[in-house]
Amino acid sequence: MSESETPAAPAGEVVSRARAKDHSPWNWLLFLPIVVPLITPLFNADSPRLFGFPVFYWLQLAFILLGVGTTTVVYQMTKKRG
Amino acid sequence: MWRDHLTEIIIFTLLFLLVSGMGFVAARWRAPKDINHLDEWGLGGRSFGGWITWFLVGGDLYTAYTFVAVPALLFGAGAAGFFAVPYTIIIYPLVFLVLVRLWSVSHRHGFVTPADFVRKRFDSPTLALIIAITGIVATMPYIALQLVGIEAVLKTMGVSGESAIARHLPIIIAFAILAAYTYQSGLRAPALIAFVKDSLIYVVILVAIVYLPYKLGGWGSIFDAADAKFDASPSPNDGITLNANNQLQYITLALGSALALFLYPHSLTGVLASRSRDVIKRNMSALPAYSLLLGLIALLGYAAIAAGVTPLPGATEGTVDNNTVVPLLFEQQFPSWFAGIAFAAIGIGALVPAAIMSIAAANLFTRNIYKEYLRKDATAAQEANVSKITSLVVKIGAVACIVFLDPQFSIDLQLIGGVIILQTLPAVALGLYTRWFHRGALVAGWVAGMGLGMWMLYQIPNPATKRAHFGGSAFPLEKLGFDGSTKTIYVGLVAVAVNLLVAAIVTLILRAAKVAEGVDGTTQDDYFADEGDPRLVPDPRESTEGESAEGEAAGESVEPAPKV
Repeated sequence: MSESETPAAPAGEVVSRARAKDHSPWNWLLFLPIVVPLITPLFNADSPRLFGFPVFYWLQLAFILLGVGTTTVVYQMTKKRG
Repeated sequence: MWRDHLTEIIIFTLLFLLVSGMGFVAARWRAPKDINHLDEWGLGGRSFGGWITWFLVGGDLYTAYTFVAVPALLFGAGAAGFFAVPYTIIIYPLVFLVLVRLWSVSHRHGFVTPADFVRKRFDSPTLALIIAITGIVATMPYIALQLVGIEAVLKTMGVSGESAIARHLPIIIAFAILAAYTYQSGLRAPALIAFVKDSLIYVVILVAIVYLPYKLGGWGSIFDAADAKFDASPSPNDGITLNANNQLQYITLALGSALALFLYPHSLTGVLASRSRDVIKRNMSALPAYSLLLGLIALLGYAAIAAGVTPLPGATEGTVDNNTVVPLLFEQQFPSWFAGIAFAAIGIGALVPAAIMSIAAANLFTRNIYKEYLRKDATAAQEANVSKITSLVVKIGAVACIVFLDPQFSIDLQLIGGVIILQTLPAVALGLYTRWFHRGALVAGWVAGMGLGMWMLYQIPNPATKRAHFGGSAFPLEKLGFDGSTKTIYVGLVAVAVNLLVAAIVTLILRAAKVAEGVDGTTQDDYFADEGDPRLVPDPRESTEGESAEGEAAGESVEPAPKV
């Protein structure tokens, strides 16, 4: 990730650097929003309620933020720097 | 009677005409040099940036049927219907990880469909044909279901007639207009209309989730009303939380549906139409806004319970059509002009995915059946032409499904569609990572997965609609040999697991028998190619002169474009 990119770089070099970034360990973070929403014991209850929503509903809606957060972090940490 | 709904009908019609006009104008939007190229007509020139992709993919994945059927599920069964939320959370990281690879390899090789990729990767036109047919069969009923979404709205507005033709006339007209502008403008039409559709839906829902609790005594009492209803019902598996029996179903359905959704040809069309890997990745952080919307729409099912909505009667005697609960809720709780806007949002919401799905199905036919088997030397212009005509045929087929068959048939097929599209997972999704599987083994796995999936679906009765077969996708574990278990599991996930197992075993056998494996037409680097990297197939934006200019254009496109 420390390499700097120049538009004139030969195609092969560009590609191999892209590969290095595609295999970033940050990608593992994406398994969080894939696995957590599937653990029903975490949220399968009525109380505590939030604004009248049972935990089953508000926590699952909150997982949307988990998805947004992790994809944003991974994108920022793995994107190419111009 | 429809006369009581005059305001709603007028607003619905006006908005419908507005987007139809936009659909025709779309051909000139971001005007291509030549729309008679499949990349232009079928993928919008592979040029869509962040905003367009957001509206297009959002308008594509969250269909009118979703907006009508998910709240109907919550209305009828409670918490189990909320699987739509985890399902649409899981999908985005999956796309982020997996589909960017498909984008790259398609960018490099000029693939238009997932079957194009499979053909090159596994050197097997047969496997590609299977993938293409699976995609078309899974997509057709999905298009028909969009009509079910519109019908729920029309029914609520009292637009109905005595004969089958009269009752369906508004839908036939709507789809004729849709077919005409899709034919002319291709993917640009739904991309442009999606802006209107999604803006309407966002406004309607934001108003609804503030106004309805205010009228119905707050979210707390809405949930309490739903709880009371499920407590009183005789069914053991409803309630505002899950019970011991349906948790496994909830988990497997959410995961299986997410895997299925990103294998559907129309989702891939949306992804391939974007400009770069960056556009896709950034969108995966922005698209969950739609999941929030879907979650809130789902809860309208409970609002309908609290408001005492009684669904309209269904197609057959003695049944009710739960899909009408959300339209009815708007009709009863809001002034008619606002209900008209809400109905238009659902109606237009059906047009965007229907257009994209028909384009995706048409592309599959053109690339993997017409060009592969009927006319190998088809030019780009001929391909585009065949796709345009096929998209018309697909829409006529969808309308015929609704007019001449019981709509329940389309719902059944859609249920099957999710299970069968999952059977392309080993070839398409795993194929992006590994070529370990033997092409023959992938065919064998597909056959096993399809067979098992169909058998399991056939075994499932639905007591609510008094049907003996194809009554749902929750398969009792007891029938799989877990004696005494009351748990259920999603059919698709079991079928794809068996598919994978068979594919793995047959791969080992075929490899031991030294059966030819074909040549992988892709290289490791192809999976990371990005915007500006050289393409093996010339960019139609640079070359639209047809065959003669191809050599020259190919020379040009090798030069890497400057990156931003």
